[in-house]
Amino acid sequence: MTSNLQARTIHFNSYDDQSVEAYLATTEEEQAGGVVVIHHFPGYDEATKEIVRKFAANGYNAICVNLYSRESPGASSDDAAAAAHARGGVPDDQLVGDVGAAAAHLRALPNSNQRVGVIGYCSGGRQSVLAACSLDLDAAVDCYGAFVVMSRPDSTMTSIVDRLPDLSCPLLGLFGADDQYPSPEQTETLRELLTQHAKDFTFHEYEGAGHAFFAVDRPSYRPEVATEAWGEIWNFYGQHLSSAK
Amino acid sequence: MCTYEAERISVTGSAKGANGWFRATDATVYYDHPVHFGAGHALMVDVINPALGASSRVGLELNAESARELALAILRSLDGVPAGLLES
Repeated sequence: MTSNLQARTIHFNSYDDQSVEAYLATTEEEQAGGVVVIHHFPGYDEATKEIVRKFAANGYNAICVNLYSRESPGASSDDAAAAAHARGGVPDDQLVGDVGAAAAHLRALPNSNQRVGVIGYCSGGRQSVLAACSLDLDAAVDCYGAFVVMSRPDSTMTSIVDRLPDLSCPLLGLFGADDQYPSPEQTETLRELLTQHAKDFTFHEYEGAGHAFFAVDRPSYRPEVATEAWGEIWNFYGQHLSSAK
Repeated sequence: MCTYEAERISVTGSAKGANGWFRATDATVYYDHPVHFGAGHALMVDVINPALGASSRVGLELNAESARELALAILRSLDGVPAGLLES
């Protein structure tokens, strides 16, 4: 499917009544599902905006909040990411609030079918799981998110295993077998925990791929794996986001 | 991996960024995904002044070997300063 789309930068009030910047791409399809894209740590960059447009081209309304726009309004994505590093990252509560506000924005679009999923890459992978454990969503995709089942000392990247019983929707996990963060052992631990909690999930671990295999502008990009994994995303969202609520 | 972890120190000096010279007050050092350098991870150094905004920044992305050489070169330069010239 290749749908006509419109994409633009918007500002809207988030959960705390503060204005945040976001990139919104809308499809011309009727009764469209929505996708909240959580950007990776290097920020709200061109590659992430391309992902947002890709969802719209495939028939979804998609939005990515600039998670750093409160503290670094108007800054380039790399400067904003550096400032976020200096601050120690984005607090979990703020992330959940911004994703929730973005999901509400998607549901308010005139062609929304009221179904919204979330997807995140790298640090956004962990944040995607966190959002799905905190908000009423319809589907979640975790792309190689580390620190889901383990914590980093003195860091905002803390384990969220205690939140897993609250997972509100089906979860698709996409991981590189050569990745160390998350390692295959950590992915197995997550698999065991989700099984214990009787959650609906599907994991794929790709041989010959490490971390960030979706990142088209990085040496970690693995085109064959990324193409296959995109196919899993289309199947997953097609199953969980396409029908009207 | 993305850790959000960084060594952060206060610094005294100046740096020249995209908008010209500014007074540098802080520096962060971390090992994470680079923005421009073509590697999965790099040693990142940001010399910044948060009070002036995120754009007041000089950034470096170096491979690990280069970063160590740079650190040692800084120390050698300081160790080689003639007695009496070092200012606090």
